[in-house]
Amino acid sequence: MDAAFFLRWLAAAAAAVDREADRLTELDAAIGDADHGSNLRRGFAAVATALDAGPPGTPGAVLALAGRQLISTVGGASGPLYGTLLRRTGKELGDAQRVSVAELGAALRAGVAAVAQLGGSAPGDKTMLDALVPGADALGASDAAGDPFDAVRAAAEEGARATEALRARKGRASYLGERSVGHLDPGASSSALLFATLAEVAR
Amino acid sequence: MRMLINVPETVVADALRGMAATHPELTVDVEGRVIVRRDAPVAGKVALVSGGGSGHEPLHGGFVGTGMLDAACPGEVFTSPVPDQMVKAAAAVDSGQGVLFVVKNYTGDVLNFDMAMELAEDEGVRVAKVLVDDDVAVTDSTHTAGRRGTGATLFVEKIAGAAAEEGAPLERVEAIARQVNASSRSFGVALSACSTPAKGGPTFALPDGELELGVGIHGEPGRERRPMMTSREIADFSVDAVLEDLRPTNPVLLLVGGAGATPLLELYGFAAEVHRVLAERGVPVLRSLVGNYVTSLDMAGCAVTLCQADEELLRLWDAPVRTPALRWGL
Repeated sequence: MDAAFFLRWLAAAAAAVDREADRLTELDAAIGDADHGSNLRRGFAAVATALDAGPPGTPGAVLALAGRQLISTVGGASGPLYGTLLRRTGKELGDAQRVSVAELGAALRAGVAAVAQLGGSAPGDKTMLDALVPGADALGASDAAGDPFDAVRAAAEEGARATEALRARKGRASYLGERSVGHLDPGASSSALLFATLAEVAR
Repeated sequence: MRMLINVPETVVADALRGMAATHPELTVDVEGRVIVRRDAPVAGKVALVSGGGSGHEPLHGGFVGTGMLDAACPGEVFTSPVPDQMVKAAAAVDSGQGVLFVVKNYTGDVLNFDMAMELAEDEGVRVAKVLVDDDVAVTDSTHTAGRRGTGATLFVEKIAGAAAEEGAPLERVEAIARQVNASSRSFGVALSACSTPAKGGPTFALPDGELELGVGIHGEPGRERRPMMTSREIADFSVDAVLEDLRPTNPVLLLVGGAGATPLLELYGFAAEVHRVLAERGVPVLRSLVGNYVTSLDMAGCAVTLCQADEELLRLWDAPVRTPALRWGL
């Protein structure tokens, strides 16, 4: 995978976030403050604009630039968290012109670990990590037969779906306590969407 | 939807243009989303910078001026500002004496301000941070992200701002800010839901004839819902919730806050009940303030914030302040 692959991924992610923004905001209205979709839409639109204006030449640089844009434009918790995910993953990829599936898997797991550290969260807290961790782990275990990115998509979607039964322990939804149970986590849902676009682009 | 807006996307920028036109004593960067007192940086003075989601006006921009904040960073509605704003603000107000960030305890605000602290320090600005977490409605435990920051933000910014104005060094301003936060507790009640421009309607469903006890300033649910109560009953419940946690041994400063859509006629009536119950509980009130200071857009409701004050905090509270929303002694 080269820089062009990652540019296609982020363009697809921006289009998907734009398409799904209202759904994400509705999910957030149930247990947060009804802005997850509109915030991500603003951030990914800025990512698409920045990457169009000056597309970087390596996978790592594409992800790092996208992460910086998210930190600078999204706000809320999702700005620093998604920004850190992409920046850290990009940094792990270094200056390589092309990266393998295994290298991307390792870099993604480092990026996800950075998100966990920044947010002080772990899987099961009903956050984006509930989709990011299984997704990144699936790419790590991808030497099995079949499309590795499809496994990522499926694992992340399953993780996001499972947040419905969880009680939130982090972020604004945590203030709801038991009342957060029965709702999908908007962060896990947007993370699943991000990995779904990765599978779409890899196909 | 009955909102006095153009389109949801420009509400924050439109409000900033209005602030710029109304308050020539402020410098308003509409594009960069930073509100700065015009005479900043003030030589020899520690600077105070705060910020958070928009929709809580006059917090934070309304508290920029002599004796309070040097700069404020408004985010999108109910969304934390981004680190670029805080770094820009810190650079604009730092006189070399350092900057204190006043941060309300919400995950987004904390993360963005923490990133900003690192970036500002990279640029050679000395930064300290105080976290405001006064809301007793949700308790601090391993199962929550800690208490929310609400009305005490006003006490922290006013009192620490006065200390900075007097020339106290950064460590001292930070210590006073922490003392004020540790001495303050709040409890809020919603009589109606708030509406965000982006959603175009109520952010949660609160049926007519019910109220939410312990509501957050973004409409986050609190402890429980009940059928409508009288002002007297709400005052008893709210003050007792605060006193249960604060247990003051000193007299208090009192803020009777409106949530944005409750008229002063009702707030003053509520203030009378709050004073009554505090007197019944044997808690003397040194100063009190009634009005919309830390709001939740068009939410109807009220909040009680108490700050236990020693002589020095009282002196700093009484010190002159000149901002769009708070003004005395100047």
